[in-house]
Amino acid sequence: MADKLRATQQLEQLQARYVGTGHADTTKFEWVSNVHRDTYASYIGHPPLLEYMSVATGEPMAKMRTKFIEKMIQPVGKPPEKED
Amino acid sequence: MSGNSNMFMYSLTVLQPSAITQAILGAFSGKKQQEIIVAQGSRLSLLRPDAAQGKVHSVLTIDVFGIIRCLAAFRLAGSSKDYVIVGSDSGRITILEYQPQVNKFHRLHLETFGKSGVRRVIPGQFLACDPKGRACLISSVEKNKLVYVLNRNAQAELTISSPLEAHKPHCLVFALVALDVGYDNPVFAALEVDYGESDQDATGVAYENIEKMLVYYELDLGLNHVVRKWSDTVDRSANILFQVPGGTDGPSGVLVCAEDSIYYRHMGRSTHRVPIPRRRGACEDPNRRRTIISGVMHKMRGAFFFLLQTEDGDLLKVTLDYDDESGVSRIKVKYFDTVPIASSLCILKSGFLFVASEGGNHHFYQFEKLGDDDEEIEFSSDNFSPDPLDRTVPIYFHPRAPENLSLVEAIDSMNPLVDCKIANLTDDDAPQIYTVCGSGPRSTFRTLKHGLETTEIVSSELPGVPSAVWTTKLTNGDEFDAYIVLSFTNGTLVLSIGETVEEVTDTGFLSSAPTLAVQQLGEDALLQVHPKGIRHIRADRRVNEWPAPQHRSIVAASTNSRQVAVALSSGEIVYFEMDSDGQLAEYEEKKEMSGTVTCLSLGEVPEGRVRSSFLAVGCDDATVRILSLDPDSTLESKSVQALTSAPSSLCIMSMPDSASETSRSLTLYLHIGLYSGVYLRTVLDTVTGELTDTRTRFLGPKPVKIFKVIAQGLPSVLALSSRPWLGYSDARGQFMLTPLTYPMLEWGWTFSSEQCPEGMVGIQGQNLRIFTIEKLTDNLQQESIPLSYTPRKMLKHPDQPVFYVAEADANTLSVATKQKLMNSAQNGDTNELAPAEFGNPRGEGHWASCISVVDPISKEVTQRIELEENEAAFSIAAVSFSSQDDEWFLVVGTGKDTCLSPRKSANGYIHIYRFLNDGKELEFIHKTKVDEPPLALLGFQGRLLAGIGKDLKIYDLGMKQLLRKAQGQVAPNVINGLQTQGSRIIVSDVQESVTYVVYKYQDNRLIPFADDMIPRFTTCTTMVDYETVAGGDRFGNFWIVRCPQKASDESDEDPAGGHLIHERSYLQGAPNRLNLMCHFYPQDIPTSVQKAQLVTGGRDTLVWTGLQGTIGLMVPFVSREDVDFFQTLEQHMRTEDAPIAGRDHLIYRSYYVPVKGVIDGDLCENYSLLSRDKKAMIAAELDRSVREVERKIADMRSRVAY
Repeated sequence: MADKLRATQQLEQLQARYVGTGHADTTKFEWVSNVHRDTYASYIGHPPLLEYMSVATGEPMAKMRTKFIEKMIQPVGKPPEKED
Repeated sequence: MSGNSNMFMYSLTVLQPSAITQAILGAFSGKKQQEIIVAQGSRLSLLRPDAAQGKVHSVLTIDVFGIIRCLAAFRLAGSSKDYVIVGSDSGRITILEYQPQVNKFHRLHLETFGKSGVRRVIPGQFLACDPKGRACLISSVEKNKLVYVLNRNAQAELTISSPLEAHKPHCLVFALVALDVGYDNPVFAALEVDYGESDQDATGVAYENIEKMLVYYELDLGLNHVVRKWSDTVDRSANILFQVPGGTDGPSGVLVCAEDSIYYRHMGRSTHRVPIPRRRGACEDPNRRRTIISGVMHKMRGAFFFLLQTEDGDLLKVTLDYDDESGVSRIKVKYFDTVPIASSLCILKSGFLFVASEGGNHHFYQFEKLGDDDEEIEFSSDNFSPDPLDRTVPIYFHPRAPENLSLVEAIDSMNPLVDCKIANLTDDDAPQIYTVCGSGPRSTFRTLKHGLETTEIVSSELPGVPSAVWTTKLTNGDEFDAYIVLSFTNGTLVLSIGETVEEVTDTGFLSSAPTLAVQQLGEDALLQVHPKGIRHIRADRRVNEWPAPQHRSIVAASTNSRQVAVALSSGEIVYFEMDSDGQLAEYEEKKEMSGTVTCLSLGEVPEGRVRSSFLAVGCDDATVRILSLDPDSTLESKSVQALTSAPSSLCIMSMPDSASETSRSLTLYLHIGLYSGVYLRTVLDTVTGELTDTRTRFLGPKPVKIFKVIAQGLPSVLALSSRPWLGYSDARGQFMLTPLTYPMLEWGWTFSSEQCPEGMVGIQGQNLRIFTIEKLTDNLQQESIPLSYTPRKMLKHPDQPVFYVAEADANTLSVATKQKLMNSAQNGDTNELAPAEFGNPRGEGHWASCISVVDPISKEVTQRIELEENEAAFSIAAVSFSSQDDEWFLVVGTGKDTCLSPRKSANGYIHIYRFLNDGKELEFIHKTKVDEPPLALLGFQGRLLAGIGKDLKIYDLGMKQLLRKAQGQVAPNVINGLQTQGSRIIVSDVQESVTYVVYKYQDNRLIPFADDMIPRFTTCTTMVDYETVAGGDRFGNFWIVRCPQKASDESDEDPAGGHLIHERSYLQGAPNRLNLMCHFYPQDIPTSVQKAQLVTGGRDTLVWTGLQGTIGLMVPFVSREDVDFFQTLEQHMRTEDAPIAGRDHLIYRSYYVPVKGVIDGDLCENYSLLSRDKKAMIAAELDRSVREVERKIADMRSRVAY
């Protein structure tokens, strides 16, 4: 029992430290939002990638950066209704 | 190295990225002077602005082998030196110090805080430093914030604390800035959004009601912890923060910039708001709201102001009215000037503005005035409500030509580099690089040529054709040259250098005979060698003449300040040395050489010695002999070097050498020029006279003449063949041989006068030319031709030296729309602004696009076809249709009403143009409507191959439109590139790598037979051979894939293809998979790749260009031994010279996919920068000498590139 408890605690610690660490009840919405947020963070964090999109759209990089962070708030739309 | 590949490439950078991610200002040398540090890709460069000359010099560039994401400068209280904090993808915080004595960055601290890589919750995206240098905050986009306390210990060394956490889950950061609070506890301000609630709320109400918060984080220095001190709601669209001076300098607080508004916010103070002025003009949408994208605050003696830049590039000057009790009472804003859109702005104390542009050249401006008393309207926050929910009345200004700033220097930048072709259109000895780069109206077509920039000072015609020229001082102590001596076939002309250059006759020089050598001898004497003898002219104009023996004449001579050696037509060498009373004494014996002497060289007298101990003699039997000049073995032969051709010129000189025993010491070299046009450089052993380490280079078809010159204070070699070349030591201490961008010279010499302390004088035909070399750092010269819009693709005419560029700008008004608006506008509003400086007027959903015909020879755009009806050109190809007698046509693919995200277009068109007037003009024939914009076009077996969405289609040319002949769905998403050889077509997909397709003519079918196993967001590809494709992807990877031999053979076996069609699909893809041969992460996004030669006689290499302005090479290895050598060297370099920002080199190069079959040449080249001990250690591991290792590294580059 103590082992199981420790495993749960460790998992919880991981989930607290690393955003996006999954668990048995991860919903599709959570997973997809997480993937999208990671993607946007990557767009922002790699300067050439941000510039690539900025050149294609003609928007300044600073505006693209703000736009992507803004999209990270709700990347895949509203969460689904809870069933319980 | 992971995996065993049988293909190995050596990656080299020819031109480093020129995009600036961030620029910071500081006194990094610890002197008064301000310097700029810029992050360019993985490089960190220190730039030193020169206020007197109005120039920016690059002082140092290092490669950190990591992604630099943010920079900050800070200074400990009481210190005069700024340190640099680098936030990279290493998961570590790095503090660097610039050491000006050794010109290096020294790492003071490297503290690990998280995983490596660019991740959502690992800090490294935002960085802010307390203005008093007491703490810094490094933050990630989401959740994590770490505060480090910076201090100094008893030894006055910088210390860094363990990190203090200020994490908050579900919290996104938009901007971060440090507050100026004087010496109170450091405070950092962040713009944050909490998405925790909206993620749970299925109704969407929480999302609607999300608020953006301005949060103050205070570091309590006493308690050593961080608290969220204050937070308040700000405008939902806020995007950027600026620090307002505090303490004794100002009211403290922040400027919060949002869409259409600038706010002043501070804890416990009232809020003020002023709208962002909008442009007034006939083509401007009066309802378009602007945002601030960058800016800078500048403090000067008790006052401060902000320059904030809008997305149009307009700089706004913002000032605050405040008093000490009540804080800020109003914000005032006015239009200042317009500059290119910047990623960073830096204001220097010396009155300059450095603009690190997002696209195109970086600009360096001087302030003419600060816009204090001009006619611009100043808007004040008094008239506007501070509540973000209240709509404000828009305010307007008229953009105008710059009044406050004047451009003093534009620093060349290739960023963003969109497409490139390598071709030799000017019949030079090396090909040129043609590129299209830039974005919007600042786009350019650039030609790059290998060479050093020269500045001509004088070019004057002479009465005859001189054969040689010298300059000479009068006495040993003179700083500048006094005479120019010109030798003609029948006489000698002496010119004196002064205010004017004029002929002098009373110099003691013999004017009735040609001259062979001129020398300032001893303290104050001059020496002239002519075919009939030697004239020694003493300071009092007494002349001692040594006549040549009867029936013999002097054919070659070499002199230095104490020695003279001449060769007679009989093959004898006569040697003179100056004795203690300034007389030239002849050595009794003459040395008889086996053949006719063609050239001699003595070398300079080394410092502290009385003579140079070697004489190099070149004979027409294709040998060079080294003779000793030591008193006990005078004119004894020391060593012989056999050559491939007779030597035409020799020069013994000492030059700095990175491989020598001690750093900074000089090594003696013998430079040899041959009649065959080959140049050799050998090391001359100072004791034994042995010649070792010979390096050769072919310079041109003419005999090589070699002269010693001074360039940038260092001894260099001027080698003249069909082009002038300069041999010099570059910043790494490596010997470089680079052509000069100057016409062919017959003779060259140094020239030094008051106006031009470090010049060169040369003879070109009948002209005397004096020039200087400004910079040794840039060995690629750029010439640009302006374009109208962002280039998308370029194409070279199949036969003619003409290029066609497809250009398109999203959300920009086309010329036709602009004209319509202009015509309907009232008077006064119609003065049009130059788009290159002010940008094009914008309009949501509008496209401006054109096809430009660029003639790089006459450097002009010969025709520009503007596209109408909201079409935008995306692809271009030249196709010869066999149905039209193989006539070439230009084919352009366009999209109508295209929206980029999500990808959507009303439909696409394929335009056909006919080439007229050798391709310099185009005639429109017809256009064909297609479902989607064709992003890839290619000529294929006398027809047109088009990638339209997922479909590959083959068209033939009809009278009214294109006729579809074949079609096949071959790609999963969107085809964005096509390559072909024979019946094979390589289709690249925007997400799914490449697919090999075979076209079966009999069945008229397109059959995919091999595809890749990894999704690669392909940007460019090229076929290396029939089976192999090299390409790049959007995430900055470079890769080479190969089709298995069996699959490749089978695809061509059956002419009908029945077998291929019925082959079973493998794992829901094509029947075969491609093998990965090479993979490498160069960081920059490859935008073009091609097989080309960069130097004459060099091997074929893969040349790729990167979006940020990189030009790189992939050089195939020929022998297995070389691979082993470089693999071992790379391994040692990784451990001995670990990247400065703390990124593991192997993991960095394996960013997305483990590096395979590629050796990082940029890392290997850093070998020459290591300390002597480390060099020797690595060389010992490799069983070679340091010199051999350096030579191998240098050869890898010089064989294929510059």
